[in-house]
Amino acid sequence: MSATVGVAVFPGTNCELDSIHAVESLGGNGKILWHSSKNLAEVDAVIIPGGFAHGDYLRPGAIARFSPLMSAISDFANNGGPVLGICNGFQVLTESGLLPGALQKNKGLKFLCKTVEVCVVTENSTLTRNAVKGAKLSLPINHFEGNFTCSNETLDTLLEQDRVVLRYCDNPNGSMNDIAGICNEARNVVGIMPHPERACDSLLGSEDGKILFDSLLGSN
Amino acid sequence: MLGVSLLFSVFVDVCLRKGIADPAGSTIERSLPTLGFSNVRDVSVGKTIRFVIDAENEKEAHEKVETICSTFLTNPVIEEAEITIENLEQAERN
Repeated sequence: MSATVGVAVFPGTNCELDSIHAVESLGGNGKILWHSSKNLAEVDAVIIPGGFAHGDYLRPGAIARFSPLMSAISDFANNGGPVLGICNGFQVLTESGLLPGALQKNKGLKFLCKTVEVCVVTENSTLTRNAVKGAKLSLPINHFEGNFTCSNETLDTLLEQDRVVLRYCDNPNGSMNDIAGICNEARNVVGIMPHPERACDSLLGSEDGKILFDSLLGSN
Repeated sequence: MLGVSLLFSVFVDVCLRKGIADPAGSTIERSLPTLGFSNVRDVSVGKTIRFVIDAENEKEAHEKVETICSTFLTNPVIEEAEITIENLEQAERN
């Protein structure tokens, strides 16, 4: 049976249809989850997609984390359910405490919209279990606040526990340790700044995102 | 019975923690010499949030505002807040 992936939508989210398209192109079913809902409706995995949840007011993700849907997603994550936060979704995950650290304004204060190379750092996460460690993926980035930062103790923990999932080959935003994505200790919650959903079709210039969605869907 | 409470005006100054990169502050600092101000340093950029809160007394107001700050108005990973509270007036509430 194909996996059903719930895609969270807050006011201001704008990558939900791209995410559903990517999921469905790989044989899964995509299902919109509205922010005011407390019901995840038996999904197998959750994506928190990119955009500007609640207008990014105060800080990106700061308001989204209080939504009824985020309580349900936290419970789902704490019970081992796979959760992927992409871009603004990564910011929501750090604000909600499901992932450590924070996403700061980019070094150089530029909104970045380009394709970058990232390296798969670990195969041990819900997003990279079908990928090959060391593989380079060409993925779009599209953010102003993607500069990952955390305390030195947190960074040490992330490195010791092999929790850096993706790393930039050429750091575009000043992220600490070139980090493009991390996972939680249980490895079922992953946050990344690049947009793999925009790299699942050769028409869009890259299919490198497929291996990540394959991993999430558990379809291989 | 009427409950008596006080109104406090609150001013929250949110700034980045020491050691956290402040690209906006650095950009402003680098720009100042072009205007002839070469003697400015330690520029940092934050935000201010103002609101009014009612509480039994100033201590309670302070405690409430600190909770609001630590759970919502700041991200303690990168930010800290300085809180200024002023007693506006005594108000009566039904």
